[in-house]
Amino acid sequence: MAAEEPKSEKGYDDDDDDDDDDETKSVSVNVLFFARARDLTGKSVVSLKIPCGSSAGSTMERLLCMFPRLQEICKSMLLAINEEYADESTLLKHGDELAIIPPLSGG
Amino acid sequence: MSTSDILNPAPTATSAATSSLVEILESPTPLQTAKYTDFVRDSSCGAIATFEGTTRDTFGEKHVVSLQYESYAPMAVRQLKSICIAAKNAHSGVHRIAVAHRLGTVGVGEGSVFVAVSSIHRAEALDACRYVIDELKATVPIWKKEVYDNGEVWKENTEFVGKKVCCGHKVKVED
Repeated sequence: MAAEEPKSEKGYDDDDDDDDDDETKSVSVNVLFFARARDLTGKSVVSLKIPCGSSAGSTMERLLCMFPRLQEICKSMLLAINEEYADESTLLKHGDELAIIPPLSGG
Repeated sequence: MSTSDILNPAPTATSAATSSLVEILESPTPLQTAKYTDFVRDSSCGAIATFEGTTRDTFGEKHVVSLQYESYAPMAVRQLKSICIAAKNAHSGVHRIAVAHRLGTVGVGEGSVFVAVSSIHRAEALDACRYVIDELKATVPIWKKEVYDNGEVWKENTEFVGKKVCCGHKVKVED
């Protein structure tokens, strides 16, 4: 895994971590795709199970593997967590909403 | 978008927020600009500056058939509120601010965004009005798709400063 996982994380009790062999706990987050990001993934929202202590950046890497076409916008985009712009290093918690923000064009 | 049709957050408790009106509207009808101008109107103010962004019928040599806006509405409202507060902090004579943005299909020539600012003297209203629309274009999660006769494209504001996120990393996701 890309991110260093804090060992002492008191995670939320998800009993089925079958897709994360090396993790003892995982959390679920919702990922939102807008505009070009939605066109590239074909989805508006994806519920994702990630290892406890994953950062927004490592989750983005995971998404790039799931949806390689997202490479097109990853040179110029922003991430938001729970409706606020967030740094890639921010750790995600169970139930967080991670939004992929492609280049803006409001106005 | 799956967001509610109309987000019209009631003014909240803080004094900074009660003097701002922010609306993200999914509506087929033109913006009621008088509503926003009247919201900011105040007898203590000598100026109201407004900005209306309207949709063009051409981009380069392409003929634009329609423009479609979408938004991450809850975040857009939150972001616009904080822009209004920042605008007031940065421009001391500003009294009230109203910002509205339409979503969905906006007909060519119609307004997609409207900003109104009142202040004691005109300079602050004009400056703050420009500040609000510039910040909106740079930071508020709203997207515009131009639909042409022969295709469509998501536009990108020059004000937007995105960054490289995770490009080129090779990551093993699952064994």
